[in-house]
Amino acid sequence: MPDISLWFQELLAGNVIFTPTTLGYYWDGLVTTVQLVFLSLVAGLVLAVPLAIGRSSRHRWISLPIYLYTYVFRGTPLLIQLYIIYYGVVFFDGIQQTFLWPLLREAFYPALIAFTLNTAAYTTEIFRGAIKATPRGEIEAARAYGMSDALMMRRIILPSAFRRALPAYGNEVIFMLHASAIASVVTLMDLTGAARFVYARFYAPFEAFLFVAAIYLCLTFSILYFFRWLEKRLLAHLRPQG
Amino acid sequence: MKKLLTVSILGVAMAAGTAQARDYDHVRIGVDVPYEPMEYRGADGELTGFDIDLGNALCAEIGVTCEWIEQEWDGIIPGLLARNYDAIMSSMSINEERRQTVLFSDSYITIPGAWFAPAGSEIEEISEETLTDKSIGVQRGTTFDSYVTDNYSGVASISRYSTADDMVLDLQAQRLDIVFLEFIVGQATLLDAHEDQFQVVGEMVSEPEEYFGEGFGIAFRQRDTALAERFNEALATLKEDGTYDEIYQRYFGDE
Repeated sequence: MPDISLWFQELLAGNVIFTPTTLGYYWDGLVTTVQLVFLSLVAGLVLAVPLAIGRSSRHRWISLPIYLYTYVFRGTPLLIQLYIIYYGVVFFDGIQQTFLWPLLREAFYPALIAFTLNTAAYTTEIFRGAIKATPRGEIEAARAYGMSDALMMRRIILPSAFRRALPAYGNEVIFMLHASAIASVVTLMDLTGAARFVYARFYAPFEAFLFVAAIYLCLTFSILYFFRWLEKRLLAHLRPQG
Repeated sequence: MKKLLTVSILGVAMAAGTAQARDYDHVRIGVDVPYEPMEYRGADGELTGFDIDLGNALCAEIGVTCEWIEQEWDGIIPGLLARNYDAIMSSMSINEERRQTVLFSDSYITIPGAWFAPAGSEIEEISEETLTDKSIGVQRGTTFDSYVTDNYSGVASISRYSTADDMVLDLQAQRLDIVFLEFIVGQATLLDAHEDQFQVVGEMVSEPEEYFGEGFGIAFRQRDTALAERFNEALATLKEDGTYDEIYQRYFGDE
């Protein structure tokens, strides 16, 4: 035991990279990443529910524009979308004078917009698949009770679709976390941005990136566990009784 | 007979060689062109640049004639060792690795960093007060990044870019208030490419050495210590009598 603590002391004493200053950069990066991913997921979810309902609509003039939106955002790389929204907006003359500029000036909001639109597109398609997969019997039963379309959507289709969509949506959340690593290309100091800074400062790629990879792993584990817990609760009725 | 001739020619050549090594009156200098504004061809096709002007001034001071020999960068040190020329004056950074093979003169310039802001910027000089709450752009991982991070990260926000081009775009877009980068790069990408839109703010920065390095030196063959010494003395003289400043202003002046 003393051996280990001695070894640990020597490890910390001989290390120039993980000082309070660089750990501070990592901490700020963690906060930025969690904020960015969480806010874009929440906003994306709020957008995706009505879009998914519209996307499942029988009326083509409702479903087609939504399909075009999801097709464009799922059909192009997130990095390109981020570049277009961050660097593209400044080519509108006079954007600096509009009320939008205080937001667009920061790297955070263009990144948030790009991530939100991207995750909303994927989530829309996940929910739309779940809505389409609603068993006919549930719908017929709801009609037999005399439910209106809106009531049936609210009480029958959406709750059952949410449950079915849960595993796929959990994946989307993890993908979003990992996709957020590109935010540092537009100067945002997220976790990856902090790692790139430490790497460039100390020419220490292994230390800088292994450390940040470990943090991403921890974040992914918490997301996995949260969704496993949620599935256990919400899908309890589907498990074999015994 | 033939053999004797070869030997005697060799002997003469060697005698000439040693004589030359002792006392140069004609110095051939290797240079890799172009690298504006250090060495390049002007509109008239003549070699010009800071290295060229300073090199010619040094030769004049020493009292030797100078000849510039163009050489690609890859082969510039082998060319010196192969006696294609006697010195290299081509924006060569002094470092330990090169010291193993060549002899360096004293550093004759350290390429400065400079602050660039949009023309008419409210930042007129560089200090902690004027940079408070400003956003500064730097290239990630450069010495300029380290310098700004260590000096101003407490008061200003620092954005780090992979390329100078991205940084210029954000300076134009008014996302950045000011950028700090190698003067030469800034001159090419900001001052020359966008006339009248940008300006240099404050003094150029080339110290301390821990950030900006030892600077550029003239390289000689290891044994030419006497020649290197003559160049060092001439450099000191030119720095004293103002010739150096005059040449420096010609290429790195504010105007």
